[in-house]
Amino acid sequence: MASATGGFHGRIERNVTLLAVLALVTVTIGGIVELVPLFFMQNTLEKVEGMRPYTPLELAGRNIYIREGCYNCHSQMVRPFRDEIERYGHYSLAAESMYDHPFQWGSKRTGPDLARVGGRYSDEWHVQHLVSPKSVVPESIMPAYAFLLERELDARDIADHLKALARLGVPYGDDAVANALADLRAQADPDADTSGLLARYGERVNVRDFDGNPGKLTEMDALVAYLQMLGTLVDFSSYVPEENRR
Amino acid sequence: MTAAISQSRGAKAARYLPALLMFALAFLAFLALALTEDRGFAIHMGIMLVAFFAGGLWWLARFEDLPDGSFVLPDGGTGYADDVIRAGAIATVFWAVVGLFAGVFIAAQLAFPVLNLGLEYTSFGRLRPLHTSAVIFAFGGNALIATSFWVVQRTCRARLFAPGLAWFVFWGYQLFIVLAASGYVLGITQSKEYAEPEWYVDLWLTIVWVAYLVVFAGTITRRREPHIYVANWFYLAFILTIAMLHIVNNLALPVGLSSKSYPVFAGVQDALTQWWYGHNAVGFFLTAGFLGMMYYFVPKQANRPVYSYRLSIVHFWSLIFLYIWAGPHHLHYTALPDWAQTLGMVFSVILWMPSWGGMINGLMTLEGAWDKIRTDPLVRMMVAAVAFYGMSTFEGPMMSIKAVNSLSHYTDWTVGHVHSGALGWVGMISFAAIYFMVPRLWGRERLYSLRMVNWHFWLAMAGIALYAASMWVAGIMQGLMWREYNAEGFLVWSFAEVVAAMHPYYLIRLAGGLLYLGGALILVVNVVQTIRGRVRAEAPLDAGPVHAPAHDVPLPAGGARPVAAE
Repeated sequence: MASATGGFHGRIERNVTLLAVLALVTVTIGGIVELVPLFFMQNTLEKVEGMRPYTPLELAGRNIYIREGCYNCHSQMVRPFRDEIERYGHYSLAAESMYDHPFQWGSKRTGPDLARVGGRYSDEWHVQHLVSPKSVVPESIMPAYAFLLERELDARDIADHLKALARLGVPYGDDAVANALADLRAQADPDADTSGLLARYGERVNVRDFDGNPGKLTEMDALVAYLQMLGTLVDFSSYVPEENRR
Repeated sequence: MTAAISQSRGAKAARYLPALLMFALAFLAFLALALTEDRGFAIHMGIMLVAFFAGGLWWLARFEDLPDGSFVLPDGGTGYADDVIRAGAIATVFWAVVGLFAGVFIAAQLAFPVLNLGLEYTSFGRLRPLHTSAVIFAFGGNALIATSFWVVQRTCRARLFAPGLAWFVFWGYQLFIVLAASGYVLGITQSKEYAEPEWYVDLWLTIVWVAYLVVFAGTITRRREPHIYVANWFYLAFILTIAMLHIVNNLALPVGLSSKSYPVFAGVQDALTQWWYGHNAVGFFLTAGFLGMMYYFVPKQANRPVYSYRLSIVHFWSLIFLYIWAGPHHLHYTALPDWAQTLGMVFSVILWMPSWGGMINGLMTLEGAWDKIRTDPLVRMMVAAVAFYGMSTFEGPMMSIKAVNSLSHYTDWTVGHVHSGALGWVGMISFAAIYFMVPRLWGRERLYSLRMVNWHFWLAMAGIALYAASMWVAGIMQGLMWREYNAEGFLVWSFAEVVAAMHPYYLIRLAGGLLYLGGALILVVNVVQTIRGRVRAEAPLDAGPVHAPAHDVPLPAGGARPVAAE
């Protein structure tokens, strides 16, 4: 590095402001070219029949999924390969994560993909599996989450969560925010009046006691409610890919 | 040695303003602590309250009160400001052990799930981010900050700009680490890989990072050398780019006064923003910053000039330009549009060239001094690091090719790839830098033991070999088993059967991790003893003089072999 050069690069090497500005300009270009179009292009903003925001209970379950770091071992993104489609179901669409703040596509499959786990197993299976994974899958290396069954779901501020998401563009109406806590309780209570919940989130919302203990609204209720709706919103028997060409 | 400063308004402001700012932050933390209903958030606010309050008191106490009511700031002399680097070196070694131990522990959990202990705080899902953050940000980050302060002073021939602010950077960064790590255990995470800390921790890191930029760039403006040395280009690009990536990827809206926030972007946009960040955390945190390290410590230890000035210019600009484009290769065959995937792949493959430009410049610096690989364990460690840099920057572009990625993605092959880079490149170059700096920082004649460096080196090499090889085999096997069809056209393996097949490889990986951790523990002993001023009585590493006259004689006829009297 002995050569003290002149020329343009010699100037850059003598001026830290110039060096910093040029470096910053250099590193912004790639990001701008790749990221910005995603906010405007049709195929990343496609609307697909059936998509709806999470119900308050599902949202609370999703936050438990995030809290426990499930994304470290489970992806939620089925790639368009024969084996993945046979193993997991229809490949994932961009639209299916349009309300996901943050996305949960994952990067590793220590455990199986969960993008379409909804409806594949019974609630009882999920509860048993979360309490003691090896009791239903002997080969499993998943940690046990028995404490979810004991712990009451703390959802006092669920309306604030919906409000925050609404401000970010998730279509929660004022009535959804106002009734967030009531909707959350109603979804896990077989005896509750669920007309408001179903009117807001659709007739296909799973309404039942999820954890096998109707007397108590637990974190298990919320997590199982979330798992049971994953990948079930879009009806692929009527989905036409050509209408949503990527 | 003290330099009195006049007791002007400016001097008073220098003493009281930073402390007031700290106390104001402490008060804000106290308010948040009092008002929140979120337990984890309250714990974090308590930690911040104590840290800010202690910081304010510490700043006030740095000044020396004189009998006449005035005060001075002991300035530590006119030499290089190395106090903060000494702290940084110790922190680097400490967090290396913590991060590696966490890695070994979660590796053991995958082999023996009973080690999840049935507790929410110790489950793999919460400890894995603890491992990645402890290694990348705590170990790697402290190594980068400490070495950058060392390098920028030496290559600018100037004392650090604002040493007080440098201390703020050091302690502020440790606070960031403690908040991040304790957050994961408590379940506070935004689930973006390598950007898991929540909104208030991100805000704090932004403040610390800006202070870091001020100290670093400020020192460059004070330089006594006309040119900015190439190592500083890389450090500067690393600091600037990480600031940009960190801010954009962590844009989020908090929910009330709690630890929870929702990222501004959703779905596809959030995914690409995350991996634009995630890949360039590799590109700028784990590559550009450590290349800065290489460009100083390799020439210094080998006592040779950098191989090619022209190559360093070409590969610097092309590396920082190209890396940013590579993010989409983490999202091949996902719902990300094809054009973005292809763009990411093409740029990732092109990126191979500037990466190898750096490797060539590092390795060829040894031209004329290759014998030092045999005689100098530090040079050996550096050469191994640069060689691993070359290997993983070949493997990375290969894995970014869509056809390869269709097999490798979601498997342990990716984990193996990351670790050949992290253990081989980042780890070894950092350890070498620590071995280089510690005797000089504490004014010791040499390291406590060079033979222990050798032991560290070979344990680490054996550990990496076991780790990388087992994860390559396991990952490729895993990918092939997932897609294997039988003659009737059915999938052969259930997912659970593939999990079971991984067990032996997880055991080998665990053994590799233990060896690497063992090497790091030897580093701890060596560093501690060097700091204490001990020198181990040991035979020198080279075999002694080349010409041994006692041996260089004919044997006497019929007699026994002479006993060599050397």
